Amino acid sequence: MSAATSSGAAATGGLAGHLDGFVRAVREAGIPVGISQAVDAAEILTVVDLLDREQLRHGLAAVLLQRAAQRPAYDVLFDLWWPLADRPAGDPSGGADDGEGEPGDDDAGSTLDLPEGHGDERDLARRMREELARLLLEGDDEALRRFARQAVDQLGRAPASPSGQSYFGYRVMRALSPDTLVAQLLAGLLGDGGRGGLAEQVARQTVRERLAAFRAAVDAEVRRRAAAERGRDRVAKSAVRPLADQVDFLRAQQADLAELRRTVAPLARRLAVRLSARRRMGRVGRLDFRRTVRASLGTGGVPVVTHHRPRKVHKPELVVLCDVSGSVAGFSHFTLMLTQALREHFSGVRAFAFVDATDEVTRFFRPGADVSDAVARIGREADVVAFDGHSDYGNALEVFADRWPSAVGPKTSLLVLGDGRTNYRQPGLPVLADLVKRSRSAHWLNPEPRRLWGSGDSAADRYGEVIDMVECRNATQLADFVTTL
Amino acid sequence: MPRPPTQTPQFSSVADVSKRLATAGYLPDAQIATTVFLADRLGKPLLVEGPAGTGKTELAKALAAATGSELIRLQCYEGLDEARALYEWNYKKQLLRIQAAQGADGADWHAVHDDVFGEEFLLSRPLLTAIRRTEPTVLLIDETDKADVEVEGLLLEVLSDFQVTIPELGTIAATRRPTVVLTSNATRELSEALKRRCLYLSLDYPSAEREREIVLSRVPDLAPGLAEQLVRTIRALRALELKKSPSISETLDWAQTLLELGLDTLDETAVRSTLGVVLKHASDQDRAAAELRLN
Repeated sequence: MSAATSSGAAATGGLAGHLDGFVRAVREAGIPVGISQAVDAAEILTVVDLLDREQLRHGLAAVLLQRAAQRPAYDVLFDLWWPLADRPAGDPSGGADDGEGEPGDDDAGSTLDLPEGHGDERDLARRMREELARLLLEGDDEALRRFARQAVDQLGRAPASPSGQSYFGYRVMRALSPDTLVAQLLAGLLGDGGRGGLAEQVARQTVRERLAAFRAAVDAEVRRRAAAERGRDRVAKSAVRPLADQVDFLRAQQADLAELRRTVAPLARRLAVRLSARRRMGRVGRLDFRRTVRASLGTGGVPVVTHHRPRKVHKPELVVLCDVSGSVAGFSHFTLMLTQALREHFSGVRAFAFVDATDEVTRFFRPGADVSDAVARIGREADVVAFDGHSDYGNALEVFADRWPSAVGPKTSLLVLGDGRTNYRQPGLPVLADLVKRSRSAHWLNPEPRRLWGSGDSAADRYGEVIDMVECRNATQLADFVTTL
Repeated sequence: MPRPPTQTPQFSSVADVSKRLATAGYLPDAQIATTVFLADRLGKPLLVEGPAGTGKTELAKALAAATGSELIRLQCYEGLDEARALYEWNYKKQLLRIQAAQGADGADWHAVHDDVFGEEFLLSRPLLTAIRRTEPTVLLIDETDKADVEVEGLLLEVLSDFQVTIPELGTIAATRRPTVVLTSNATRELSEALKRRCLYLSLDYPSAEREREIVLSRVPDLAPGLAEQLVRTIRALRALELKKSPSISETLDWAQTLLELGLDTLDETAVRSTLGVVLKHASDQDRAAAELRLN
């Protein structure tokens, strides 16, 4: 097969170079691609039908990617490196390849009959809006994508500037304002009657999905045009969002949060599996003499198989002490999810939350409880605020050591979660040092970058002298910590 | 990189893959069909990863049926070792053989020694069985993430060269390379080395259209309108943040349930009474009931 690869590469030098550029862009987006994978990618080019863009997309994904989370970034890059317009004519799957710059041409597949940009702009927007409503109601993905390409061309054009023509997704959205179509679409999907209740919720979800698909198609088309205008390297840098597990906990946006929650769930499960595996594996227990002799009777008195008593199960005790003040809200949410997952596997997990006072919150995390509910209930019911609702580590640690003196013992692992920003109050170092001394092991997870430790009101560097402080800014670092635990 | 002699490919094109898998009762999308086609062409193992119940194991079974191969399955679990995955000597039988030889006088130790390490005393486990077969074979290594890291090392050796070295017998190389499918629920990250040797296919919940087709092909008696309603409801459930989103197999169970109960529309009452078929956590059921306004 290697001979075929080299001859194929020789015949298509440009293609090989193009692939190389693509692979490098994928690497830059934070997806590790080894040399052998790059070679495999070249081999893919010799096997798939190059005229079928989707085959190429899925084929390269099969060798370049190693995790499902990498797929969105990959798809954006693929669309930039192998844009639609590069497709040769005659591809049976698409009818709108000629969309580039010739909006007036009558597409074979399009049902839209638009004048050549003449006429009133508002009139055009109105008619396109009607068309969009019809397409969203039908839910034909391919037609919707075709429409998005056309909409960007007709409505997304910014006034020409000396630096060239540019297109903006927001102009399209403003002209079409698809969100205001929801009521109309719901009425269309539900028919007469059936408002409220299950049917409406289901229809709403369908509308949401289709609107999101339309928005994604518009964004992709804007990126494609920008890449043609300004070069794809510049677009690639700004268009590719960081992978979900590398998003900063403290800077995560709403969309990232949902994604992050999905990555934390398997992480917690993995941690639980690791800990329970540690419990079950290892050295087998003491020799069970009676059973061994009994079993040897079957092999003529030769003890071929030895039997052992099961080992005593070591039950790990974990105490989680978590800052739930506003500044680290995003971070503490994920760590509490971890706590919750651990609660489902071990009985010996206790959780404490603090802002400027501490309260035990283990009761909110009974197995099967919902984490978002638990977080909300901590805010409402737990006694974590004594004074003004700003973090006070000194007081929080004192309250903890005072009210639950037996929580930390020689069998306990202590986990402190917080940014160590004390609002210039007492850090309570001696209390923490004492807790660390009493515990079996103690770690502090800090969601702030290491270079900020000790700056301003952060006492992280001083805490770091008495406890093992670990930087934990994103899901990847959390996973790394979990594996060393 | 030396590779064992490539087999003649079993599929002629991506469309061929789609058609034959569909005949075997599995409706692949473009991604699945393309990746399966490439795995067949390049002779690489296929690593299928995704949430439970998205048809990973089913894909391997359909692949076996479509190519007329026998399916050999290695179910991974924690504590799986070489003796369970590769081969084992039947030591009880060996012991009997030695004792029998001691009974007969003038037993030659060398003859006995050569004898007890022969084919007769070898217990072949799935990996060795798959390698030794001369007929077309699909080797399914199920739930690879459940096995220990050591097993991955073993798999690396077997999957890169398709040969096994048994000290007493010598090296056994595959005469006919099996089609290998590994599945994983991603509960732990598989090693980079293993992933690099495989083609990666990530299976997620299908698009609405494909899921409807799957429902109609598996539960053909269901009315198309009801199937549409069912799939949309399932998608609404998946959009909620549940502990365990309903999988394809649960969609099919639900379809079957509706059919058995003779329900012809999926309204609040019907959903409320059959929600247990798709949601298996009490907290998930509560949340779905609240969000979908079932009460």
